[in-house]
Amino acid sequence: MSPSGVKLIGAFGSPFAHRAEVALRLKGVPYELLLEELMISKSDLLLKHNPIHKKVPVLLHGDRTICESLVVLEYIDEAFDGPAIMPTDPYERAMVRFWAHFMDNKCAKPFMLSVWSEGEAQKGFLKEVKENLALLQAQLEGKRFFAGESIGYLDIVLCSLAHWLTVIEEATGVKLVADDEFPDLRRWAKEYTSNEIVKPCLPDRDRLLAFYTAHLDRYKMIAKAMLQQ
Amino acid sequence: MTMGDHELKLLGMWASPFVLRARLALSFKGLSYEYIEEEIFGNKSALLVKSNPVHKKVPVLIHKDKSICESQIIVEYIDEVFSGTGPSLLPADPYERGVARFWAAYIDDKLFSSFMMMIKGKTSEEKAEGRRQSFAVAKTLEGALKRCSKGKSFFGGDNVGFLDIVLGGFVAWVHTRDILSGSKQFDAGKTPLLAAWERFCALDATKAVKPDVEKLVELSKMRQARDDAAAAAVSQSN
Repeated sequence: MSPSGVKLIGAFGSPFAHRAEVALRLKGVPYELLLEELMISKSDLLLKHNPIHKKVPVLLHGDRTICESLVVLEYIDEAFDGPAIMPTDPYERAMVRFWAHFMDNKCAKPFMLSVWSEGEAQKGFLKEVKENLALLQAQLEGKRFFAGESIGYLDIVLCSLAHWLTVIEEATGVKLVADDEFPDLRRWAKEYTSNEIVKPCLPDRDRLLAFYTAHLDRYKMIAKAMLQQ
Repeated sequence: MTMGDHELKLLGMWASPFVLRARLALSFKGLSYEYIEEEIFGNKSALLVKSNPVHKKVPVLIHKDKSICESQIIVEYIDEVFSGTGPSLLPADPYERGVARFWAAYIDDKLFSSFMMMIKGKTSEEKAEGRRQSFAVAKTLEGALKRCSKGKSFFGGDNVGFLDIVLGGFVAWVHTRDILSGSKQFDAGKTPLLAAWERFCALDATKAVKPDVEKLVELSKMRQARDDAAAAAVSQSN
């Protein structure tokens, strides 16, 4: 019998925290959402439960603590009843894990740097972003969602492409994706963001835009540091 | 097992810690496979490029013409597909699995980056910082081992599990660094549990696949010489 009482430590605007929320909602698990104000300071609760990384999301399930959004997703899928988030076939599971890894390890940096850097460097990152998007789009294979007819693990993992991407384009004035590019991904983005389960836990678009606009300098600094690594 | 008909193939490179993970998993599960070596300094083989077009890196597990890439993903795949063969690598309990996956991600993030800084650092300060970080990471892993082992020998408890294999991939590198630096990475004074955990290397299933540390030392020296020569050439041409 699993311990009761689910709390999720998240933060407004975090696609990683959103991943965990969607998964809980898909499973129909009631939870208490605790929001961090990450730009101000990290709460004692966050520091206590994620001392290693000090990041959201953190899932508290009874006396259990689970950190790292991809780990949280698989935990939610395994610990709770309800519709499956991961595929059941081992090869399909390996594939979605591969693309999740690709998104978080390979896509994040060029994506960041394509909007927040300048000049020749930016052109290079932009090219890389488009290559990455092409690879991801290919995984859709014309389906409604990456997981098929309903939302699954990879749809959740790629959420920032569905909702955050256009907001960041608007905040920075950098168009990553032309209006006629990646039609399958656009269609998927609309499906994902309009989904009844997903919609309530997506950050409000205007508020998200205001958030990025207010923190432009900070993100530019982060990108600069990334570039030097 | 059928003769010569391998439904499992592993593309690898003898010195790679990530390849070693895949080999350890196959070894502990008692699975046979065809091992195909990629050249270290040569061109990537057509098979590698075909089976891992995105990254073109080893290890790649080929199972009945399906390719599985990324070492941790390969280990989980092997455990799931061959669940009836040999011991289970991932714990049965979802929470314990989450804990194992968390530390596995930590190892690939923090331990790996500290090793890279130590080895590839451009200045001696950077290398020293890498070394400092590697000891800090080892200390954190000591805590993880205490939590996961619950007093037993391995992260997996009495038996080797997923996390032992994930860390185990790095064990040949660790021993190589121990020799080159003259001091132990998993020092018994600082991290006694990790030092004792190195009993992992004495297990038959590990010994069957662990690369020769002397060859790794030689390779390390050769790579260092290449890096130094390249750096010297750059500074001379300026």
